[in-house]
Amino acid sequence: MKVTLNIRRFNPEKDEKPYRKDYEIDVPETFRILDCLDKVKWDIDGELAYRRSCSHGICGSDAMMINGKNMLACQVLVKDFKKKYITIDPIPSLPVIKDLIVNMDSFFKKYEVVKPYLISKEQPPVKERLQSQADRELIDEAVNCILCGACSASCPSLWSNENYLGPAAMLKAYRFIFDSRDDAADERLDIVDTTDGLWRCHTIFNCVEVCPKEINLTWHISQMKKKCAMREL
Amino acid sequence: MIHKHDLLIVGAGLAGLRAGVETSKYHDVAILSKLFPTRSHSGAAQGGIAAALGNEEHDTVEWHIFDSVKGSDYLGDQDAITMMCSEAPDAIYELEHMGVPFSRTKDGKIAQRQFGGHTKEVKDEQGNIKRLPVIRACYAADRTGHVLLHTLYEQCVKNNVRFYSEYFVLSLIIRDGVCRGLTAFNLRDGQIHTFHAKAVMFGTGGYGRAFRVTSNAYANSGDGVAIAFRAGIPLEDMEFVQFHPTGLYPLGILVTEGARGEGGYLKNRNGDRFMKEYAPTVMELAPRDMVTRSIQTEINEGRGIDGKDFVNLDLTHIGAAKLKERLPEITGFAKTYAGIDPVKQPIPILPTAHYSMGGIPVTLKGEVLADEKGNTVTGFYAAGECACVSVHGANRLGTNSLLDAVIHGRRTGKTLVEFLRTAELSPMPEDAEDNDKKIFADLYDTKKGENCDKIRVRLKEEMMNKCGVFRNEKDLNSMLDTIHELKSMYKNVAMMDKSKVFNTEMQEIFELRNLLEFSDAIVTGALARQECRGAHWRTDHPTRDDVNWLKHSIAFKTEKGIELKYKPVIITKYQPQERKY
Repeated sequence: MKVTLNIRRFNPEKDEKPYRKDYEIDVPETFRILDCLDKVKWDIDGELAYRRSCSHGICGSDAMMINGKNMLACQVLVKDFKKKYITIDPIPSLPVIKDLIVNMDSFFKKYEVVKPYLISKEQPPVKERLQSQADRELIDEAVNCILCGACSASCPSLWSNENYLGPAAMLKAYRFIFDSRDDAADERLDIVDTTDGLWRCHTIFNCVEVCPKEINLTWHISQMKKKCAMREL
Repeated sequence: MIHKHDLLIVGAGLAGLRAGVETSKYHDVAILSKLFPTRSHSGAAQGGIAAALGNEEHDTVEWHIFDSVKGSDYLGDQDAITMMCSEAPDAIYELEHMGVPFSRTKDGKIAQRQFGGHTKEVKDEQGNIKRLPVIRACYAADRTGHVLLHTLYEQCVKNNVRFYSEYFVLSLIIRDGVCRGLTAFNLRDGQIHTFHAKAVMFGTGGYGRAFRVTSNAYANSGDGVAIAFRAGIPLEDMEFVQFHPTGLYPLGILVTEGARGEGGYLKNRNGDRFMKEYAPTVMELAPRDMVTRSIQTEINEGRGIDGKDFVNLDLTHIGAAKLKERLPEITGFAKTYAGIDPVKQPIPILPTAHYSMGGIPVTLKGEVLADEKGNTVTGFYAAGECACVSVHGANRLGTNSLLDAVIHGRRTGKTLVEFLRTAELSPMPEDAEDNDKKIFADLYDTKKGENCDKIRVRLKEEMMNKCGVFRNEKDLNSMLDTIHELKSMYKNVAMMDKSKVFNTEMQEIFELRNLLEFSDAIVTGALARQECRGAHWRTDHPTRDDVNWLKHSIAFKTEKGIELKYKPVIITKYQPQERKY
């Protein structure tokens, strides 16, 4: 199958500004977009730079914007696209380092802000802490996050205000606030109950649309909003 | 640039992070990875982590020990296996205390499921002892590795561990038997950095990427194993490479053994559950080496689906609700990559290169061994898949890999806490970076030469065909010739990208160097070992030979090529028996 990848290129050592270039390749229809990028890199231009590792949607390395939508290059096949002219860009709103590689430092700083670790104030028992299946269910979607950044990079609220924590960091806050074993819900709510936190989410649902793990981020954010409203009563 | 730390851990998977949690409470620890830590391939582990908790049914540590010994085809060291299985329950509880979101039983305990080769003793009506599958694998749906990896990373963030992400290690600096640190290049700026430390620990993972069909990530190029080998460290039992029975056709993406643990069937083109011919008592829950050979035999004898090179994993009788709850991830993979819905259709699968039983030889405390006699290298440690303790022997049981990484990450961490209390920084030689600098200069100067990808493709294709599930002398000799040819081609490899920032082509070239390095050790070990044991199956020597081969191979890199020596297996309680299921 003949496919053309239209890739946004930028090499900071050579290029004053980014440019776009077409790459025509002939690939099996079962090829992932990631395989197509490999084909370009290995056969045409070894300079093309992108991140990748597991190649099946669990490591979160290869989030990029494909035909205008953030997704994982390893999780989508060429045959899934009707038109065989496919545009590929780095995920937006983060500084581009080279080609499809963005600087994710700010993304991970925000992750660290919400205290992304279990805080338990009681001495644990000798065996496991008990947790009901219903309580475990509350965090079932949230623990699936792979920190790929597709959600936060798709968020218009974050585009217009870079201080906004963004959906990924907020989901991490939820993951601990709603974990029955955690004792620091209030500390974390204090962090997210701010104008650069929960209240900057205007339920635009871009994050939900792009999440490769099908996590309903907006719902999780709304649960924290509810919790904040409740504690003020 | 020179960085100094008490301890430098290379690799941010389960072993490295677990050691990081242990040591960072007391010492200045840095973890270096060629990826961002949560991208590590431990996160792709699906089905579970073994421990005889007995949360679902009666189970004992002793049964876990016996199963692991038998599963290893008696090549595992029994002192190491005993220690690992005995410490397992406590280590799992500790992970839960750190916040791992395990799935839960109805009464709120850690949920468990069946896995291949894990058994209980039961008496039948005549009073004979039989071994049937037991529920031992602690899990979080089919995302167990993912939740473990993220939780351990979270704990490292909490402990303020210093991370150097996207640094690629070039050389280990060992002089006079003392490890002093390493050199690495920073992918972001393409500069060589020297890391000077009192101790270095490798938790660099496995090397499935030497094979065409693999469940492994691009990152699993056996860097740590190859770097250690180049630095004069021997490698143990490299010929034992596990092929997982169920890789999604045709790519080889992992479909967890948990799918069979939850009741999945393997079927050939006639719709027969063919495992009844090979392992009548445990069927689909036989150990991986046996199931893999059974599948490959069905395919080789023309009973693959439509005569092709795959068979079916049938989950259609399990039901949509249970698949959604227990196996959501693989259900998604099957839809995305194979276009089939496992609720209604069987999943096409084939054996896929999955796990490296061999690696850097270590003591039970994680100290790296310098030879077959028990001497250690001061200041160098290893744990997890890159190391060989040996707890897996010739074949690893499913769910023992995460356990190995956690237990030995923790044990090595404890060893290091003590070592670092009194250790001093040994001087870093002034010429530490010289060799790497010369290689860099050559790569940037060379205008024309061999294509990295072509060499790699040929290596992977031939390793699959000649050093795969079934092996013989002729193929292995031919494979050695290929490796030597590819190694000489590699000397003339050309790099198209001449830039410094994120030169990922240069990274691939260094990874290829590592693939060629350890593949030589795999094939050399496989050619020498004239028997069948666990994952190493020689069609020209079709039986296990305990008289001549109940021993570990230790490969040394010498100027004349690879030299093999051997050391005895530690047997404490279980004498080798015929291995039937």
